[in-house]
Amino acid sequence: MDRDVDRQRSLTRRTLLLGGMKVALFGALGARMYQLQVLESERFGMLAEENRVNVQLIAPSRGKILDRTGRQLAINEPNFRVLLTAEQAGDVEAMLARLGGIVPLDDSVVERVMRDVSRRRAFVPVTVTENLTFDQVAEIEVNTPELPGISIDVGDLRTYPEGDVTAHVVGYVGAVSEQDLTGDPVLSLPGFQIGKSGIERHHEQVLRGQAGTRQVEVNAVGRIIRELARDDGEAGGDVRLTLDVDLQRFVQDRLTTEMSASAVVMDAYTGEIFAIASQPTYDANLFTGGIDQATWNRLLNNPYHPLTNKAIAGLFSPGSTFKMVVALAALEDGVIDDSFEAYCPGHLMVGNRRFNCWRHWGHGRLALVQAIAQSCDVFFYEVALRTGIDSISAMANRLGIGIQTGIDIPGERAGLMPTRAWKESNRGESWLQGDTVNVSIGQGFLTTTPLQLAVMTARLINGGRPIVPRLTQAAGARDLSTLPPPPADTEIDPYHIDLIRQGMIEVTSGASGTARGAQIAVEGFEMGGKSGTVQVYQITPEERASGVRSAADLPWALRDHALFVAFAPISEPRYVCSVVVEHATGGGSSVAAPIARDVLLEVQRRAPARALNLTPTDLAQATGVEG
Amino acid sequence: MTTWGSSYIGRDRPLDTERSLSLGERLLALNWFVVLLLCVIACIGFAMLYSAGNGSWDPWASRQAIRFGAGLVLLLVVALIDIRFWLRVAYLIYGGCLLLLVAVELMGSIGMGAQRWIDVGFMQLQPSEMMKVALVLALARYFHSPTLDEVGNIRRLIAPIAFILLPVALVMRQPDLGTALMLMCVGGAVFFIAGVRLWKFAVVIAGGIAAIPVAWTFLHDYQRNRILTFLDPERDPLGAGYHIIQSQIAMGAGGVTGQGFLQGSQGHLNFLPERQTDFIFTMLAEEFGLIGGLTLLGLYALLILAGYVAGLRCRNHFGRVLALGLTTNFFLYAFINPAMVMALIPVVGVPLPLVSYGGTAMLTVMAGFGLILSVSINRDLKISRRALEGAEL
Repeated sequence: MDRDVDRQRSLTRRTLLLGGMKVALFGALGARMYQLQVLESERFGMLAEENRVNVQLIAPSRGKILDRTGRQLAINEPNFRVLLTAEQAGDVEAMLARLGGIVPLDDSVVERVMRDVSRRRAFVPVTVTENLTFDQVAEIEVNTPELPGISIDVGDLRTYPEGDVTAHVVGYVGAVSEQDLTGDPVLSLPGFQIGKSGIERHHEQVLRGQAGTRQVEVNAVGRIIRELARDDGEAGGDVRLTLDVDLQRFVQDRLTTEMSASAVVMDAYTGEIFAIASQPTYDANLFTGGIDQATWNRLLNNPYHPLTNKAIAGLFSPGSTFKMVVALAALEDGVIDDSFEAYCPGHLMVGNRRFNCWRHWGHGRLALVQAIAQSCDVFFYEVALRTGIDSISAMANRLGIGIQTGIDIPGERAGLMPTRAWKESNRGESWLQGDTVNVSIGQGFLTTTPLQLAVMTARLINGGRPIVPRLTQAAGARDLSTLPPPPADTEIDPYHIDLIRQGMIEVTSGASGTARGAQIAVEGFEMGGKSGTVQVYQITPEERASGVRSAADLPWALRDHALFVAFAPISEPRYVCSVVVEHATGGGSSVAAPIARDVLLEVQRRAPARALNLTPTDLAQATGVEG
Repeated sequence: MTTWGSSYIGRDRPLDTERSLSLGERLLALNWFVVLLLCVIACIGFAMLYSAGNGSWDPWASRQAIRFGAGLVLLLVVALIDIRFWLRVAYLIYGGCLLLLVAVELMGSIGMGAQRWIDVGFMQLQPSEMMKVALVLALARYFHSPTLDEVGNIRRLIAPIAFILLPVALVMRQPDLGTALMLMCVGGAVFFIAGVRLWKFAVVIAGGIAAIPVAWTFLHDYQRNRILTFLDPERDPLGAGYHIIQSQIAMGAGGVTGQGFLQGSQGHLNFLPERQTDFIFTMLAEEFGLIGGLTLLGLYALLILAGYVAGLRCRNHFGRVLALGLTTNFFLYAFINPAMVMALIPVVGVPLPLVSYGGTAMLTVMAGFGLILSVSINRDLKISRRALEGAEL
C-alpha cells in the first residue's frame, strides 16, 4: 500500500510540474494572440485590406477634336474585340478553330492566344483579335450558345475622319513610351494611348481627362468577387480648333500640284489659323492601330518628308517677301520717307563686290511703293545699307521673324534672324556690309518658316498688333474664341503701314507689279501681296548652252523656292496667307502667287472670321466682317 | 491519502472498494460538466465550419454534427464501461491499432503525398490518430503494475519504449512527422507521470538534439521546407510561407473583437488555406477576434483541468496514468494547432480538437474523454497491482 502512496505522490508532483508547463505554453499562446491581435492588429488589418481590395483604373474617354464649325476631326470609334475566357471555353484550341470560321485567325494569333491562356489564370479574359467589323460582331453574337467563353468587348479606337487633311495639325495618338510616364497611373494601363504630335499632344491634359477607379474585392487567386466602389473619373474635354476643315481641305488639295509645299491662312487681327497645310501629307489613322514597319519606313524615307509639318518646321530664306521688313525699319528710323528715291542700274557695288538686281538691266529711279511693287533689289540694298542690320533685325523680330511664334502645336522651329552678335559668336567673323545687302532681299543667313511669314504679313497690315498664331478656339472649359485682338503698336506710324500696304497692293494690281497676273478677279475680294523667289542653284553658262533654259529642265532638288505672302481684301484687310513652294517650276509670282490667290478667294467666300468690335481709331478701315 | 479533492468524495459511497458500480450509479457519477464543455466546443466548431462553407451547412458543418453525435454515443459507451475492462483490453486495442498502422502501410490510399487513411466505407479511418489513445492505454496498463523503484530500473523500460517506438516508426514511414512527434511527446509525458527518472529524459533529449542533423537528412523535402519556412516565413512568401503569412494577417486583422461572423475576408476570399481543417482557429480568430480565440482556449483549459481532476482524484494507478496521459494528449492538440497557425511552431498537420473538420480526430478525442470519464466514474475503485498477473495477455 505504501508503495502505491509513493507512486501517487510522485505522480502528483510530476503531474503538477507538467501542468505548470502546460499553463506556460497556453500563456505563450495568449501572449502571441495579444501580440498579433492587439499590438500588430493595425498593420495586419491593412495587409488584409490590401489582399482583399484591388483598385482598378478605368481609362477615361478621350476628348474629341472639332473644327471651328463643329466638324469632327478626332473621335473615338468603338473597337470591337473578341475575348476568350479559358475556364468557360473548356477546350481553347477547339474554340479558336470554331471562332476561326467567323473571324479569320492566322496561326500566329492562335499561338499567341494559347500562350496567353497558359500564362494567366483561367478566369482572366485574353484578347483574341481586335477591330472587328459590325457583321463579324453580329455573327459572333448570334452564335453565342456555340461559343462558350467567347465574349465581345468594346474599346475606343481613335479615328481621324479627315485623316490626311488634318494630320499635321491634329496629329495622332500612340502607345505610351518610357519617357512619357509622368506618374499618372492611367498611363500604365495596357493599350492606353496618348497624343504624340499636333493638337493631340499639345492638349493632352485636356483631352485625356481623369482616370476613374473601381475598387473590387478579389479572392486569393484574383477573381473579382464584387465591386466595392466606383468612381467613373472624368472624360476628356473636347478641343475646338480655329481651323475650318473645308478650307483646310481646299488648301491641302490646292498644294497637291506641287511636290512639296506649305501654306498658312490666318486672321490678321486674332491670329486664328483657318488653314495650315503641308504637302505631302499622310493619313493619321495609320498610327492609331499601330503602324507597320514597311509603311513607317516608306513615310520616313520619302524625299518630300510627309511627316514634317513644313508650315512650322520648314526653314526657308524669305527672299523678297522680307523687303517689307527692311522698308518698315527704314521708315520707322526716318532713314527714308515716301519721297525717297533710289536709282537702280541693275546692280550695286559694295566695296569691290557686285550685287545684282534680279532685273539685270535695272529699274531706273523709283520710290518705295514701286520698289516693293517691282521688287527692286538695288533699292533695298541702298535702304538696308543706310538703315543698318541692327534696326532691320529688331524690326524683323518685332514682326515675328527669327523667333518661335508660339503656335499651339509642338515642333515649331525658330528660323534665324542674323545679328552682328550672332555672326561673331557663331562664325567668329564680324558683320560685313555685304551681309546686310544679302539680308535686305531675304537671303544670306536669314531663314524663316511659312508660319512666320504669315505672322509677319499679319503684323504688317494690322498696324503692328503682336498677334500670336493659334489653332485652339476652346480647350475643355477654356474658351479663347472671344479674346480681343491685341492693341495696335502705337510706336508704328500708321502712315508707314499704309505705304507698305500700298506697295503690296501694287504688286498684284499695279501695271508693273510682279504678280499682276495673279490678282483676284472678283470685285471686293482683291488681294495685295509680295512675291519671293529663292535661288537654290545657279544655272551655269555651260548648262545654258546645252539647252537648260528654265527651272523645269533642272532636277527637282536644284529648282528655286517660290514664295508669296498676301492679304485680302485690299479695302479692309483681314485675311493673310503665306505660301512656300519648294523647288518650284517657276518663281514666287508665277507659282506661289496663284496658290495664294485661290486660297484667299476661297477664305473670303467662306468668311470664317468673326466680327471685331474695334474702335474706329483702332482700325480705321475695318468694318464688321461676317463671323 | 494526500490526494486533493478526496475530502468530498465518497460521502455517500464507501471508500476503498472493489465493488463494481451499477449503471445508475455510473450515470450519476458521470461528469456531465465535461460532456457540456465538449458540446459547447463542438458547437463552436459547427459555427466555424458553417462559416468556412461560406455560410452553408454543406459540405462540412452538417457532416461534422453527425460525427459529433456518433462521437457522443461512443463517449458515453466508453465512459459507462467498467474501467477494469479497459485495463484488460488495453494491449489488445494497442495491438489492433498497430495492425491497422501496418495495414495503412500496405494498402492505404494515397492522400496529400502521405499514406494515412484506410477507407472503411462510411469514413476514412486514420489509425495514427487512434494510436494516440491506444498508446496511452497500453502505457497506463504497463505502468499500473511496477512500483516506483521498479520504474527506476532501466530494464523495466525496454517494453514501454518499444510501445512508443513501434508506432512512431510506422507513422514516420507514412510519413507523418507531426503525429510521430506527438506520439513521442505523449509517450514521454506518460513516462514522466509514471515516475521515470529525470536524468533519463535528459539523456534522451540530449541524444535527440544530437540526432537532429542526422534526422534532417531523412526528412522529406516538404518537411524540411515546413521547418525552414517556420524559421523564416518570408523566405518564400508565395510558396511555402504563404499559408503562415496569410494566417497571421487574418488573425491580426481580426483584432480584439473580430470582423464578425461570416465577415472574415481572409477566410472567405480563400487567402486562408485549409480553412476547414488546419487553419480553422485562424478563421475563429479573424471573425471573433482575440475574445473568440481566448474563449476557445479557456474552454480547452477547463477540459484539461477536468482531466487533471479526474486523474489526480483516481485511486487506482491505471486510471491516474490513463486520465493524465489522455489529458496531456488533448493538451497537445489544443496547443499545437493554435501555435502552428500563429507561427509559434512549424506547420504540422495537427487538427484543432473538436473544431477542425475530420472524423477520426473527432472520434479519437471523444473516445479519449470517454476513458477519462470512465476513470472519473471509477475513481474510488481499487485495482491491485497484481490484478492482471496470470490473466490473458
